Amino acid sequence: MRNIFSRTLQTTIIFLVVGGVIALALGGHFSSASNVFTGSLVNLQTWFSSRFIAVQEFLTAPRDVASLRQRNAELESEVAELQAQVITLQQQVGETEILAALVDFSRANPENTYKAAAVIGRDLSPFLHYVIINRGSNDGILRGMPVVTNQGLVGRVDAVIADAARVQLITDPASNVNVRLQNAETEASLVGSVTGDVTLELISQETNVEAGDLVLTSGLGGGYPPDLIVGQVVNIRTRDFDLFQQATVQPVVDFTRLQIVLVIVNFTPVDITPLFPAP
Amino acid sequence: MRDLLAISVILLAVVIQSSIVSRIPLLSGTADLPLVMLAAWALQDGVDTMWHWAIAVGLVVGFVSGIPFFVPLLAYLFVVLLARLLQRRVWQTPLLAMFVVCFIGTIFMHVLSLGALRLFGVPLPIGDTLGLLTLPSILLNLLLAVPVYAIMRDLARWMYPAPEFE
Repeated sequence: MRNIFSRTLQTTIIFLVVGGVIALALGGHFSSASNVFTGSLVNLQTWFSSRFIAVQEFLTAPRDVASLRQRNAELESEVAELQAQVITLQQQVGETEILAALVDFSRANPENTYKAAAVIGRDLSPFLHYVIINRGSNDGILRGMPVVTNQGLVGRVDAVIADAARVQLITDPASNVNVRLQNAETEASLVGSVTGDVTLELISQETNVEAGDLVLTSGLGGGYPPDLIVGQVVNIRTRDFDLFQQATVQPVVDFTRLQIVLVIVNFTPVDITPLFPAP
Repeated sequence: MRDLLAISVILLAVVIQSSIVSRIPLLSGTADLPLVMLAAWALQDGVDTMWHWAIAVGLVVGFVSGIPFFVPLLAYLFVVLLARLLQRRVWQTPLLAMFVVCFIGTIFMHVLSLGALRLFGVPLPIGDTLGLLTLPSILLNLLLAVPVYAIMRDLARWMYPAPEFE
């Protein structure tokens, strides 16, 4: 009877202690102690885990290096393929931008009919400034047709075969374009040179020419349609003993980077040579 | 067979000259790959088709270029003539002969081009032409001379194998 009473008392005390501990824990009174305990436990587990992983890596390393090397080679080849794709896409983007600009230009100038052509080469002789385009008489290209880009005048077709044509640039030493100065409302002659520089000649001494003046084709002589942009005046040379002024012109077209050009196919040049008296 | 190969090599040289070499100027001058190639070919031992090559290169270049057709024809024939003359005299130093042919050949080609274009009314100042075209072109041709000579020597050995003596 006494034993039964003592056991009941022990059980009751244990329940009370456990209940009190739980009540205290739920009330947050053991948080610091539990933090210390759980923190130590976590640290211990981390230590064991890191050591296990280190040992596992050490044991499985050779196999992984081989697989990693193989994977690295695969990724490198994939990167090389992607880089090639990027280069191709960049080229396509560049061409698309050029074509979009040319389309905008043709829409802005609906009076002309254009035929786009790619520049596939340059003249073999350094004395001449010609480019070769991949359109010829099969595409309706004829000798004398003007060639432009969205920026301005490039030159005119000099010779044609079935699938290609040779274009004389306005920078060619033999090129001569009749132009007008937009601000000064005067006409002049634009000539090329062996170095690729272009110069305005035959500007009368009375004309007031200033740097920055826009140079446009005049249409005089029938070789080019009027009002095509050629360039801007950079500097002027005026000497009292000269009959005419001279001016250096910066062309609007970058002739070193010509890729795609437009041939104006509805323009028929006028041959005025029979009008000149024979010597 | 040899002439067919010659036509292929000539067309390839003209295409490379037009699409690549002409786009790499030094000042305003550019290298002349057909000229250098022809000089190297004419300096090889045992080669007997150099005159055919000269005429073919001259006609092709005259057709493609805007320069009067007789200019490259005459210039390339002169280059072959010079190369054959030098090959008989300085055969022990072929590279020296190559440099001399390229140097004199380039000058001859430019003088002929300048004269012909001036004759046709193109205003070309001699001073600018010499300083900005001829001298850079000579330098580029001399730079091109060694690799082109090596390639043409290998081509000549393949097309004209030396006879074996027992």
